Amino acid sequence: MTPPDVSRRRMLTKLGIVFNAAVGAILTVPIVGFILSPVIRGRKVGFESWLSLGAVAQFPEGQTRLATYRNPVVEPTDGETANIPCWVRNVDGKKFQVFAINCAHLGCPVRWFPQSGLFMCPCHGGVYYSDGSRASGPPERGLFEYPYKVEQGNLMIEAGKMPTTGAPTAKLVNISRKSPCA
Amino acid sequence: MRLIKKVGEWLELRVQLAGTIEETMAHPVPRRTASWAYVFGSAALTTFILQLVTGILLALLYVPSAGEAWNSLQVLNHQVSLGWFIRALHGWGSNFMVAIVLIHMIQVFLFGAYKFPRELTWVAGVVLLLLTLGMAFTGQVLRFDQDAYWGLGIGASISSRIPVLGPWIVNLLLGGPIIAGATLSRFFALHVFVIPGLLMAFVGLHLLMVLKLGINEWPMPGRLVRRSTYIQEYHELTHKDGIPFVPDAVSKDLFFSAFILLAIAVCALYFGPFGPSGQPDPTIIQTVPKPDYFFLWLYAVLSLLPPSMETPALLIGPVIALGVLIALPFISGEGEKSWRRRPIAVLTILLVAVAMSTFTRLAGEAPWSPVMDAWSGEPIPAQYLKGRTALERQGALVFQVKQCHNCHALGGAGGLRGPELDRVAVELTQDQLIRQVIQGGGNMPAYGKNLSPAETTALVAFLETLHPAGQQPARDSSRAESNAHP
Repeated sequence: MTPPDVSRRRMLTKLGIVFNAAVGAILTVPIVGFILSPVIRGRKVGFESWLSLGAVAQFPEGQTRLATYRNPVVEPTDGETANIPCWVRNVDGKKFQVFAINCAHLGCPVRWFPQSGLFMCPCHGGVYYSDGSRASGPPERGLFEYPYKVEQGNLMIEAGKMPTTGAPTAKLVNISRKSPCA
Repeated sequence: MRLIKKVGEWLELRVQLAGTIEETMAHPVPRRTASWAYVFGSAALTTFILQLVTGILLALLYVPSAGEAWNSLQVLNHQVSLGWFIRALHGWGSNFMVAIVLIHMIQVFLFGAYKFPRELTWVAGVVLLLLTLGMAFTGQVLRFDQDAYWGLGIGASISSRIPVLGPWIVNLLLGGPIIAGATLSRFFALHVFVIPGLLMAFVGLHLLMVLKLGINEWPMPGRLVRRSTYIQEYHELTHKDGIPFVPDAVSKDLFFSAFILLAIAVCALYFGPFGPSGQPDPTIIQTVPKPDYFFLWLYAVLSLLPPSMETPALLIGPVIALGVLIALPFISGEGEKSWRRRPIAVLTILLVAVAMSTFTRLAGEAPWSPVMDAWSGEPIPAQYLKGRTALERQGALVFQVKQCHNCHALGGAGGLRGPELDRVAVELTQDQLIRQVIQGGGNMPAYGKNLSPAETTALVAFLETLHPAGQQPARDSSRAESNAHP
């Protein structure tokens, strides 16, 4: 037969374990929330916003030029990594195409060769035509494109996320949905 | 002397560890394991300790901030006395550690050491391999230069292909929507706290199991492992014919570890530290990112796989490889240990080794990448221009200006993405050349929109001159007359 004080101690030990489990569960919520904060923020407010690449006049008709912008979501420690390049193609003076710098294969920076009208990737040899469509190499699709609009003589794009094959482009986002700059 | 003894006695009374330490050091091991084949595990531990020490030293000055990391490496390289040497030791130490861990694994596999009762020692070893590769990748990221920046982009692009969860995993990996400050901070946390902590825990577990179960005996052909008798047999081997690990069996471990440390120091001294290459400024796009050597094979595989196979291979391949490694001791936990009677095991190692080194070597040349500056940097060999007509020379100019040279070699220089063109006239007729240039195909872009008819005519005229001296260019026999070459 167990003496009454021993069974009382055991009971207290069990209660202690339950107490710790409960506190642990309560603490898990903020810890997991903290770890998932990049995902939660991405789902709630999104990372993208409209920003200016500068005056339309900087991008001559029929040419493709490199432009850079400061990422809209930026931290003090980001340094130069928040300066993102992109390729701007002025198709006919009215229509534009703004391509992400990242190859649609694995994200390396593509370079524009105006003479042959091709984008070439230095990593695994992906090549694209001037309209961003796939020409050859391992990419399975064309270059990623940013949504754009011209406002008061400025070329605006909706950007803020590194495009990847799995999370392709801002283009999948409905452009009219949100537009803080409009 | 008496003082030391007194201090020792004072300590022993309080910590009472002498017995355990003596027992551990002097534990008996089979006589033949005092061999040069058994030195790689201890050498891996030695390199790990070197990495811990040099890593802590680097952390004294390294700044894990996207805006400052690159500058702090420059300070280490150029301003702090011997900072470059500590960086070089850490960099070369990582290369040696990956190599030694792999060699250790091959030795253990060939000696059947993963069989009963050491299955979990092997599984812990597989975890240690993954953690070591994790250290290698995260360490490459901390050298926050252009290669690190675009390497992260590749990592993110691969992760994004995971079904359903891909985009979220990218955000988790990068700590935000782009590669930036938060990305470097979390890789710093992984490289400095999380993975080393896990490494230490698993090294402890791995060593504990080696001590408890004993080091694997030298495999003898025909001496089979049976669950029912093995432990008894091993006990006899160690207690009747064994030798104490310290001081008898440890000498080769000592020599090899010292030799490895010396080799790392010599490499560090002679070759110096790794990078950093250019600043991690994404707007500098004149860059050709390449991974460190232990991931070169992956770089080659990613370039050579057909596009449709890529995502399945990237996502399923590692799962299968890991599954096979973990399942191995449970599938073949008994039986023959000696490599002399395990031809498939030997062939597997050879196959993997040949494949990996071929891919690594290929990645050194990267024939699949266009040579981005060949069109402006590599001239057309003079003999291809001598005595040519104006039209043909005009074609040579088109060849350069339209960046054909980036993918096609001439006279041994230029890109290797497409075929070399030194004898293209023998292989394709005029019509075929025109078609290929205009429509592309076979992994070549179509140039129809980017060449005027005059440029096409000139380019094809030049290409038709590219044939060995004694060999006539290919001709369309139905047009024998009109196509005759001068």
